[in-house]
Amino acid sequence: MIGLYLILLFMIAASYIAVQIKDLLSSVVAVGAAGLALSVAFLILKAPDLAITQLAVEIVCLVILIKATVKRDTVSTKDMRGFITTIVSLIFIGTFLFFAYLALKELPKFGEPLMRVAQNYIQTGQAKTGASNLVSSVILDFRAYDTLGEATVLFTAVIGVLAVLRRIGRKKKDEVIKEND
Amino acid sequence: MVYFLCFIIFSIGLYCILVKRNLIKIIIGLIIIEYSVNLVFILFGYRFAGRAPILAAGQTIKNMVDPLPQALVLTAIVIGLATTALLIAIAMRIYDRYKTFDITEIRRLKG
Repeated sequence: MIGLYLILLFMIAASYIAVQIKDLLSSVVAVGAAGLALSVAFLILKAPDLAITQLAVEIVCLVILIKATVKRDTVSTKDMRGFITTIVSLIFIGTFLFFAYLALKELPKFGEPLMRVAQNYIQTGQAKTGASNLVSSVILDFRAYDTLGEATVLFTAVIGVLAVLRRIGRKKKDEVIKEND
Repeated sequence: MVYFLCFIIFSIGLYCILVKRNLIKIIIGLIIIEYSVNLVFILFGYRFAGRAPILAAGQTIKNMVDPLPQALVLTAIVIGLATTALLIAIAMRIYDRYKTFDITEIRRLKG
């Protein structure tokens, strides 16, 4: 389990660097490092499907973020808000962490999950669905409507991206449109 | 203890959203929050000495980790990518109009 702690500390360090560094491109690279560390953490926690998905999604996300930041003003000199806003935010986060600590005592301990629903899936999943991978038997058979909703959200987001980014249809009459990126 | 490290990652992302003025930094904070939430779900389903939830042929010992949070998080990762792409598209459109990512300068409603 020491590997999991090391990966989590690495993720904390990478997130902190991504938040605090001035250069935007370095910030994007740091958040990419955090995502790849998350992929390794999934592998340690015995979730290989998630590790593969996180790896692919992370690379696509990194490409989109680099596309957004490169050729724009990458260094922002005045990065912080005012002093009072920062203090109020820190107090709010401290309160949140305190109540999170109180709530964490009520949860089942790490390494001993309850598995009331999932025990049924594990025992009878292969006989009912015929899939030897239980995760895919859950997402494609037991909870297939969730996956249908996910596909709906995904394609709605794609339509939204296309509607926001397109240039044809929003030009005025005598306007010349220059494609610059 | 492991859960608390996840909450620290969450609060780093929350700090980034609340305090920073750059739009890309705010999106990065959202991405960090998404990572921590996915990770805490997988940590809830972990079992000591558990196996990955993939059955071998004729396997009878079933000491597996919980497959249900893994399935839900698999859905959440893909949705996170879609929403991040939508946010970045809106941010790029804002940059084209205002020539800045600073949210305190994006005040005027133009056209």
